[in-house]
This record gives sequence, structure tokens and C-alpha cells, in this order.
Amino acid sequence: MAIEKFQKLVSSVVPLPIENVDTDQIIPARFLKAVERKGFGDNLFRDWRYKKDGSPNPDFVMNNARFSGKILVAGKNFGSGSSREHAAWAVYDAGFRVVVSSFFADIFKSNVLNNGLLPVQVSDQFLAEIFATVEADPKAQFEVDLIGQTIVNLKTNSTENFEINAYKKECLLNGYDDIDYLISLKAEIAAFKKA
Amino acid sequence: MEPKTLFDKIWDAHIVKQVKDGPDVLYIDRHFIHEVTSPVAFLGLKNRGMKVYSPKNTIATPDHNVPTINQHLPIKEELSRVQVDALKANCAANGIELYGLDHKYHGIVHIIGPELGITQPGMTIVCGDSHTSTHGAFGSIAFGIGTSEVEMVFASQCILQPKPKKMRINVEGVLQKDVTAKDIALYFISQISTSGGTGHFIEFAGSAIRSLSMEGRMTLCNMSIECGARGGMIAPDETTFEYIHGREFAPKGADWDQKLAAWKQLKSDDNAVFDAEYNFKASDIEPMITYGTNPGMGIGVNGTIPTGQGLTGSDLITFTKSLEYMGLNPGDKIKGKKIDYVFIGSCTNGRIEDFRLFANFVKGKQKAESVTAWIVPGSKKVEQQIREEGIVEILEAAGFALRQPGCSACLAMNDDKVPEGKYAVSTSNRNFEGRQGPGARTMLASPLMVAAAAITGVVSDPRDI
Ligand code: SF4
Repeated sequence: MAIEKFQKLVSSVVPLPIENVDTDQIIPARFLKAVERKGFGDNLFRDWRYKKDGSPNPDFVMNNARFSGKILVAGKNFGSGSSREHAAWAVYDAGFRVVVSSFFADIFKSNVLNNGLLPVQVSDQFLAEIFATVEADPKAQFEVDLIGQTIVNLKTNSTENFEINAYKKECLLNGYDDIDYLISLKAEIAAFKKA
Repeated sequence: MEPKTLFDKIWDAHIVKQVKDGPDVLYIDRHFIHEVTSPVAFLGLKNRGMKVYSPKNTIATPDHNVPTINQHLPIKEELSRVQVDALKANCAANGIELYGLDHKYHGIVHIIGPELGITQPGMTIVCGDSHTSTHGAFGSIAFGIGTSEVEMVFASQCILQPKPKKMRINVEGVLQKDVTAKDIALYFISQISTSGGTGHFIEFAGSAIRSLSMEGRMTLCNMSIECGARGGMIAPDETTFEYIHGREFAPKGADWDQKLAAWKQLKSDDNAVFDAEYNFKASDIEPMITYGTNPGMGIGVNGTIPTGQGLTGSDLITFTKSLEYMGLNPGDKIKGKKIDYVFIGSCTNGRIEDFRLFANFVKGKQKAESVTAWIVPGSKKVEQQIREEGIVEILEAAGFALRQPGCSACLAMNDDKVPEGKYAVSTSNRNFEGRQGPGARTMLASPLMVAAAAITGVVSDPRDI
């Protein structure tokens, strides 16, 4: 049941320079009705990405052929709102492996980490620079290195370090799953329960 | 011994193991589940060839997408029905008791836990729903989790969690007339913003908090997460013990005496240190209402919509976009704004006290013709109380009809959707774009404010009527 391993990624980015994108924007509640974990990627940012008649909204970045890549870069305070993990699944299923913002909501951050998606929190300044770089050159490449905990704007060569909990880093590097770990503690949990 | 906060005391007592450089393995006393965030976790468990580790500590109810009329009929909407049926099948396969639509204990997960006495002080409580924080009103650590974490608890009755930081919010003094717990919630979020509590767990304290009923405390803790916090809690006291005593699943006899003695120890030590602390005066709080698209965009009912002056760059863009969505003008008064829908219900304000307040206000008055009202009890028990106390007659005489329990227009996963462009004054907890239906314009407020709007058809100060 392992998660996908993550070590290093070089990719162009999909910019979403909007702040306070909440989970209802990431995936509206009406798409939470599945009993299986599939198909959420199609409804990522549903109400921005599609017009009311279901056709793609050409103004939305994901429908703009100039932008592509495995890194989603969003404005400050990404993922606030509900604890729905569907938001993390939607981002992952849409093909992203890294989400960059200058601030993430707590639950969203732990949800993405549990699904093999790396949240990279950068300074407001670094974020603004990414948006400027991509606006000038949509194909600009970025490198995200989990081992060194760095993100590099390969166009400008500016680099920033990011934080990640040491345990979570270990899990992501090796593709370990929290649940396997907890199951391995069976005896300790039983002993705790008795006490 | 080093002084400890209430939060530390409960958390530390539940640590099974501390992972080196990592999170704590925290033992969970109660796990609430519902139809939307559990099916994928059940599937994951099944794929591992496992069953739920502690079914008797798992409490299940379908609430998020159930209809609020004709609940005896099969659910029309197929996907909703599939989720509700999946919950039934998964509970049966794992030996979990289900409070289904036909059960007398059915209701919104955060309403039924407390009202059945399942929620108790000192516990660790989780649920795949962010408003799990509601249960913190009893002096427990309660927080929302994602589906992977639901699977963790299924598999081991434990969860991996880094310990959050601690914040205390003190509200001292006496609340003005017609100011409720909901107003305290909207007020403090407007003061510290929707990200002001990130990374923290809040303890609410002070004389104004002590004076709240359990219902009021639940409303406040429910909304605690809307400032970004992991949860909120209030130290248990006589009000708490009195509320729990005698409820279905509350401890009885000698067990009660023993538990009560332990619960009385549950408070922050005098010199306990918090990572952040805020002080508010109860007398500064007005009946509140939101004008924007996050719960931090709230003002007193007699206030004016901010002009956005002083905002720059992306903050200004966000603010402008929000007012555009709401169709409101900066600098306008909010009072007198015409509204189309009212909703009283949800895990924030769907308890008996909320309906008493509402009924007391609308008694002898008439609902405005132009307003559509959804009156949705939080549970079967609340519905039954509404009937027994004669509230239903008062409502009907005033032109309101009572519906059946569920989350309803709080997140509009069922048929209760506010149409595009229409204004709803709502007792729920979120006013995000599209939360109550695509294009719906939500204004969050207390049951009293909702009552006043329902009668006048416009945003009104209940004290003027
Ligand atoms: S009433 Fe609203 S906030 Fe509460 S559990 Fe239901 S959907 Fe979530």
C-alpha cells in the first residue's frame, strides 16, 4: 500500500497566482460522492476550469496549452477549509507531484503528505519570483530536491530551502506508508490500551 | 512539576509512542465516521485484508448528503444513495453500530456525539470532518482528519500527529443582549483572520466563555477551526458535568463518581505557558454577520462593509473578487440588504437551544413572503424535542416548516441548494464561494440574526425588532 517515492523532480510549473484557495475551490463538495479513489483529477478546480455548460474555460490556466508540468504553484494560504482528502487526491490525480505556496493550511498539508504529494512552502518573495519567471517564460524549469530540501528556479538560479518533518521526509523518500508503520506497533498499542 | 496546559495534559496521557524526529502516536478514544470520508478508508483496510481494530469505539451516521424531507423513501440521487449504502455495508462487515436514517439516534455526527453522552471530557476524538472541533466544548481534544488518517484509526485506533502549538483566547465580561456564542466566534475570527490560528490548538477561557451553555460552547468550538486552528477546547466545569449526567452513554453509578473526580482535574495549570494568547472584551461584541467569502470577513450588524483601503497587491485582489462575488459594495451598510433564503441548522447551530432562540423570536410574527426558509434540526432527538416543546406549532404559525435532520444547506450536497446569485443568511459555518450551491451568496450569522432576517426579508438587528 506504499505511496509513490519522491526524491527529485525537474519540471515546468502551472501557476495559479490566487490567494486563499480553499478546498471548496479545489474540489467542490458535489464531487465528493465517490466510494472509490479515482477520477478526482478531472474535477480539480472544477468551477474555475469549466464553464457552466461543461466546456473548458479558456481563461483558466489548466486549459492554457502554454502551461504544463508536475508542479502546481499557488498563492498564499492554499488548501484552507475542509479536511476533505479529496482535495489532495484531486491535485495528485491531475498529475501534480509538488505544490508550492507561501502558506498551506494544516490539514491540507498533512493530507497531501499522506498521498505522496510534496508541499513546498517558500517565502512570499520567492513565490512572487516564480510567478514572474513563468509569466515571462511558461516553459521555465524548476528543480525540487527532497533530499537537500531545496527548490531552485533554474531560470534565475535563485534557491530556497524548505522545511519538512524528518519522519515525513523519510516516508516520502522511501515510499513508506503511515498505516504500515502503525500496524507494526500492534503490541505497543494493545499494551497502552490495557494500562 | 512544570505547569501544563489542559491540552498538554490530555495529549500526553494519550501518547503510545513518540517517533524520533517525527509525530506522536496518539491513542484515539472515539472515532466518528460518516458516509463521505469513510468509504475509501474502508476500501483501503479491506485491501490490506484487515478489519476495524476497535469497532465499539467507532460511531457511524450518514449525515452529509441525506435529504431533509421524506427520509423514509429511498434516496433519489444515485451517488448519495451509493455512499449511504456503502456506509451501511461497511459498518455491518466490521461490527460497527450504525445510527442510520431510521434510527432514533440519527443526526449530524457532531450533534449526536455530545447529545448521547458519547463525547466526554479528557478524551481524544477524531472524525473525517473538520468540524470535529465541536466536541472540544467538553474539554476533550477533538479534531478533523483526512481519509488516510481515518484508515489509520480503523487499522490501529491510533493516529500519527505532530503536537500542535497552544493558543489561549480569553473573553472577559458580560455579553450584550442578543449576542450569542456564534457572534463571539465570528468576532474573534474577524479579529485574528482565517489563518491566525494555523498550527495551534485553542483553549477558550474567561468569564464570558464560562457563562455560555454547553450548546453555546459547542458553537464556539465548532467555529474555532475557521481561523486555521486544529481545534478548540474549553475546560470542563459544572455546566459540562450537568449536561453529560444521565445521557444514554454517559458513565453511570460508581463509574460516574470516578470519572467525575478525574474530569474535575482537567484544567490548565495557573502558570501554564501558551505559544500565543489573545484577550477580548465581551462588551465589544455586536451581533455579527459576514459580507464576504470567508468566515473572517465579518462585521457588526450596524457596521459598514470595509472599503479595502490600505489593502494592496493580492490582498486587494482577493477582497475585490470576494465583494464582486457577493454583489456588495465597499462602504455600504449591511443592514437593510435584501435577502432570499434563510437556513437554521448544521453542526454549528442545529441544537435545541438554537431552535428555542429562533422560535422565541419569530413567535407571533410572520415570515417575509419573499424569503425561503430551511429549518433543519441537527438530529432526530433535536427534532423530537422541537415537537415536544411545542416549538413546531410556533414555527408553523409564523410560516415556517420543519425539515428532517442532516447537514443540508451547510454544504449543499443534498437538494437544499441556494440558487445562483441569491442571498442566504445562514447559521452554518462557511461562506466560501459555492458552498451553499454554485453561485450562492452566503452570509453567516447567529440563529437570532437569521430569525430577524427571515421576518423582515432584509439583514436586520434583532434588537431593533
Ligand atoms: S453540518 Fe456542515 S460543517 Fe457540520 S458536519 Fe455537516 S457539512 Fe460538516
